[in-house]
Amino acid sequence: MLFALTQINARMGVWDDNTLSLNPPERSRIVLGKTKGRKMLNYIKLIALAVVTLCALIAANYARDVAYLVHAIIIALVSGGLFIWTLRRVGDTTSHPQNEYMDSVVRAGVIATAFWGVVGFLAGVFIAFQLAFPVLNFEWAEGYANFGRLRPLHTSAVIFAFGGNALIASSFYVVQRTSAARLWGGNLGWFVFWGYQLFIVLAATGYLLGGTQSKEYAEPEWYVDLWLTVVWVAYLAVFLGTIIKRKEPHIYVANWFYLSFIITVAMLHLVNNATIPVSIFGSKSVIVWAGVQDAMTQWWYGHNAVGFFLTAGFLGMMYYFVPKQAERPVFSYKLSIIHFWALIFLYIWAGPHHLHYTALPDWASTLGMVFSIVLWMPSWGGMINGLMTLSGAWDKLRTDPVIRMMVISIGFYGMSTFEGPMMSIRAVNSLSHYTDWTIGHVHSGALGWNGMITFGVLYFLVPVLWKREALYSLKLVSWHFWLATIGIVLYAASMWVTGIMEGLMWREVDANGFLVNSFADTVAAKFPMYVVRGLGGLMFLLGSIIMCYNLWMTVKKSPAKESSLSVAVPAE
Amino acid sequence: MSKKPVQKKQDPETTGHSWDGIEEFNNPLPRWWVWVFYATIVWGIGYTIAYPAWPGLTGATKGVLGWSQRADVEADIVTANDKLAPINAKLEAAELTAIPGDAELGGYSASAGAAVFKTWCAQCHGSGAAGAVGYPNLLDNDWLWGGDIENIYLTVKHGIRNTEDDDARYAEMPAFGQDYLEDEQIDAVVNYVMSLSGEPMDASLVAAGGEVFAEECTSCHMEDGTGDREQGAPNLTDAIWLYGGDYDSIRETVSNSRFGVMPSWSNRLSEAQIRAVSVYVHQLGGGE
Repeated sequence: MLFALTQINARMGVWDDNTLSLNPPERSRIVLGKTKGRKMLNYIKLIALAVVTLCALIAANYARDVAYLVHAIIIALVSGGLFIWTLRRVGDTTSHPQNEYMDSVVRAGVIATAFWGVVGFLAGVFIAFQLAFPVLNFEWAEGYANFGRLRPLHTSAVIFAFGGNALIASSFYVVQRTSAARLWGGNLGWFVFWGYQLFIVLAATGYLLGGTQSKEYAEPEWYVDLWLTVVWVAYLAVFLGTIIKRKEPHIYVANWFYLSFIITVAMLHLVNNATIPVSIFGSKSVIVWAGVQDAMTQWWYGHNAVGFFLTAGFLGMMYYFVPKQAERPVFSYKLSIIHFWALIFLYIWAGPHHLHYTALPDWASTLGMVFSIVLWMPSWGGMINGLMTLSGAWDKLRTDPVIRMMVISIGFYGMSTFEGPMMSIRAVNSLSHYTDWTIGHVHSGALGWNGMITFGVLYFLVPVLWKREALYSLKLVSWHFWLATIGIVLYAASMWVTGIMEGLMWREVDANGFLVNSFADTVAAKFPMYVVRGLGGLMFLLGSIIMCYNLWMTVKKSPAKESSLSVAVPAE
Repeated sequence: MSKKPVQKKQDPETTGHSWDGIEEFNNPLPRWWVWVFYATIVWGIGYTIAYPAWPGLTGATKGVLGWSQRADVEADIVTANDKLAPINAKLEAAELTAIPGDAELGGYSASAGAAVFKTWCAQCHGSGAAGAVGYPNLLDNDWLWGGDIENIYLTVKHGIRNTEDDDARYAEMPAFGQDYLEDEQIDAVVNYVMSLSGEPMDASLVAAGGEVFAEECTSCHMEDGTGDREQGAPNLTDAIWLYGGDYDSIRETVSNSRFGVMPSWSNRLSEAQIRAVSVYVHQLGGGE
């Protein structure tokens, strides 16, 4: 209901394209005409917010578990706060210039990305050291801050909070620039932003308090899933609405990737989170899928979370920001079409490779492996297009640490999209599965590709969005680059060593065919590599803190830029 | 406004579109990329013909190689079982006490038993068998229920204080703090017990503690405190403690008792495995 109202409210703010060409007096007449409707709508909104607050308080009263109780209180506080905020703004008729790009929400997204990035990396470093030194699972924090509770907090914080905010913010920026149109839906973009932050807070607090579906990357419980669905549909509406009202004749390739990411994630989310709540007043729910079907659904979701969230969405970023930063045309239009369609067609089948040598039927396992391997070249199409875009501008690598960051991210992308298909081969998987090799693979992709490209995008966006001449310090960008790169190398290399060692120890048998090592032996053997991994993570975290400082100083200290880029002008 | 991308003389043609200054070259697909892509597709088709792959209404294609993961595992298990069947049969027929001395059976039991131990026993006793608080150390020569091979075998086979096996070893120490003894009596007997193994204690309480001990404890732990393996009653004089030998730990034991449980392995392991792991534990250092 909240969503519908916000949408209606947002619509009120929408100006048809003609408005852009109206004279100021004509425009103000329209504003006066709309004021009355806006006031009316504010009243409806107030009633709705009051009802939500009341319902949340009732839910808190009848709560059956602590996660649900805390969430009901958070929702009551948020909707109560919004009620007061709306009340104070009844009668406020200030209207923002509609012929400009909506960059305020992108600015907020940039801040959120940097903030959640540091939070997520910090959680990651902490749990890495918890594995190396179990004493860090403090007894006083048992049940809240032990590894099992913090691990999903880390994965969700980096994938959904850091990565998700980066995707939403950059997609809002890119779709406006490449469509030469203001974000569709007025304040709906803000609803997406704040709604998504609420989702993150509900998810994260839920994990610590034990509210989880125990499905990897889909841990949030049923009501958090429902809320995310609402936010995601709004996101789709804003993005698609902007594309529909674009002034460019064609849709730019970055937007194909963003759109495929938004639509596919919606589908994955709905199917994998099909649960029935045990009680309307409790967080626990029961999944409708059973046994191996549940496992298959989970990894169909899990793999495509990687495929569409962390690959397709981030390729969208790459396709705008790399040519922009390099100031060179994209290498090949044909390649972008072929690899786009091949990628999104093939990725969706690859999930079963997560379930080799389980109860999964052989045929599904074979298909998962075959599609993963055929996926290799379509994935590399993005790498080729990214790297080759720099041909003719390679000299920039020496002078521009931001482009260096983007290039190394594409390098890591290429490496992990080769490693992935290789690990999906059944014979390789029989060694690598359940070992730290998998964790190393994920992190060379996540830290190398997603992390580095996002840092590059943040370095690009902050001077543009805050209208600064340049970044505060390129030297600090270089520091960030090297800290992060060495950190990733330490991380990936240590996980290869321990992963392969662990796999070999598990399968080691003596002359009679008996296993030689106990599980605890393999855990003990991994200790030194766990310390190296933790140090790698620490370096990556330090780099991101340097980035935050640099971006902060860019906004505070860099000289302002006179001409603004924020006016929506279509290219000829 | 945004800068136009730098166009160089030798640059190929662009598609003619421009988005926020971004243009696209009309480059063809890289040949090597196309050929590798085709190659993976051709390989993929071949692989799905060879192996079970395409689902239909009544089942999936079986693949011309006839491969099946399940059949593979079954075959592996059959091979391993067949290979070990003769020596396992010998192991089951042998006299327990004769196994360690037998060159063939002793060596085999040690390696088979090690595998069993690392899979099933290491969780409590540690992968090195050194135990932990509440889980006996199997390396020393202090045994609760006996350390000769027959007693170890009985313990492994039936377990201790479990409800699943009627033959499980069973003995229960009373919780003396609940109705039996006064606080001062417990205090005294704890100090007495500590004196048996030479732990530092309050000497003034030892005499009173000795009286309590003689009254309440000797039926199981014996008059000299050396314990009784028939009842699993620990030796209190050897300074080896399962739950700790400090005042607080002993006081907890006397007041509330302890109830360590070991599962019965007769339903989970084969006779040969039980014998092998018994031999393995026996030869760790403390076997009698």
